[in-house]
Amino acid sequence: MNWQIELRRISKVFDEHVVLRDISATVTAPGAWTILGPNGSGKSTLLRIVAGLLTPTEGEVLYLHNGQRLTAHQRRQAVGMVAPDIALYRPLTALENLRFFARARGLPVRDSDLLQWLERVKLRARAHDPLASFSTGMVQRLKLLTALVHSPPVLLLDEPGSNLDEAGMEFIRETVREQAQHGIVIIATNDTRELGYGEPLVQLGA
Amino acid sequence: MNRSSSWVHEALAVFAKDWLLELRTRVALGAVVLFAVTSVVASGFALAPPSGVPAEVKAALLWVVVFFAAVAGLSRVFVMEEETRTADSLRLAVSPVGVFVGKLAFNTVLMWGLCVVTVPLYLLLLEVPVRSASLFLTVVMLGSTALACATTAVGAIVAKATTRGALFGVLSFPVALPPLLVAIHGTKAAWLSEGAWRVATGDLQVLLGFILVIVPASLLVFEHIWSE
Repeated sequence: MNWQIELRRISKVFDEHVVLRDISATVTAPGAWTILGPNGSGKSTLLRIVAGLLTPTEGEVLYLHNGQRLTAHQRRQAVGMVAPDIALYRPLTALENLRFFARARGLPVRDSDLLQWLERVKLRARAHDPLASFSTGMVQRLKLLTALVHSPPVLLLDEPGSNLDEAGMEFIRETVREQAQHGIVIIATNDTRELGYGEPLVQLGA
Repeated sequence: MNRSSSWVHEALAVFAKDWLLELRTRVALGAVVLFAVTSVVASGFALAPPSGVPAEVKAALLWVVVFFAAVAGLSRVFVMEEETRTADSLRLAVSPVGVFVGKLAFNTVLMWGLCVVTVPLYLLLLEVPVRSASLFLTVVMLGSTALACATTAVGAIVAKATTRGALFGVLSFPVALPPLLVAIHGTKAAWLSEGAWRVATGDLQVLLGFILVIVPASLLVFEHIWSE
């Protein structure tokens, strides 16, 4: 399978404030790439544009699979994303959150499968607890799981290591390594621990 | 894993998730039912003895209570997603059609539940003689569905606005006014008229027509509202 993402001359302006100007890049599976830059440089904005959550003021993002351009629906099915400002449902339990995102994506899941998934991030024992009782690191691990539940070929990570301890960081490293073997990972970060996760794709200024 | 994604699956998942959230938090249920029951009980005592109150006034009062209860709670489905920053999780996983239909179904069932609690209490406290129960039931069903459609559409529009509380009330009123007036007329017919079905046929057609027009129209604009 040949997956490719093309960023064509992306610009984004918020209320006359230019956040991104004329960004172009192409990534092809398999591999991992990083979007680098200091705080406020537009890393998250660029990643949200790649995910389809924001529309660029100018330019476009193309998703190609075997040379065919993907529709918005196909792109949604192809992308998993984790970001600090994308939340899960705190009154629901870990299992209920995972079940919702799996069913919303049309996956015929059983709870036994989902519990095995939760085991991967050491959350099985807390499967029936509401997220409101979780630490931020535990929520971050669950976010990663919900982003991966549909086995997306494209994984977008915005500051993935935030609030994670060393065990959590190791899980991120392992996930990036696995995903980069068959799909695309794009990581927005300025954390020195995450700079080596992939090849630099875009370096943004302040 | 095999995938069979369609807007129907998505809408069912959103509907089930919203009910689960509601049963945990009881935010919309609390707002809607508390407002409606308080209003009905207060009206019952204020208008005692209710026998002297014209049926037109009673019909209008019933639908005013239902409308304001809807305004009190039905915008929550979209506002809650924005306030808790879960809206982007939904945008990533579910198509705009799936989101809208799921939330419309949630609001519609909530309105029906509201009517199940409020209407019998209202009939009891205000001593309303119902000549045609079947027509009354049909008007309540269609009227509450139409109000749910109107308030869901407006709720989606105002969810991202900073002054959404005020905007929701202001925008809901003109959109909900046509079905509200027709539901009042149909209700009066069901309570008073000989040959009530014949008198209210036009009202039922307008309510059904309103639902059939506002749902596709809302779907058309929702994708643009929801995207950014």
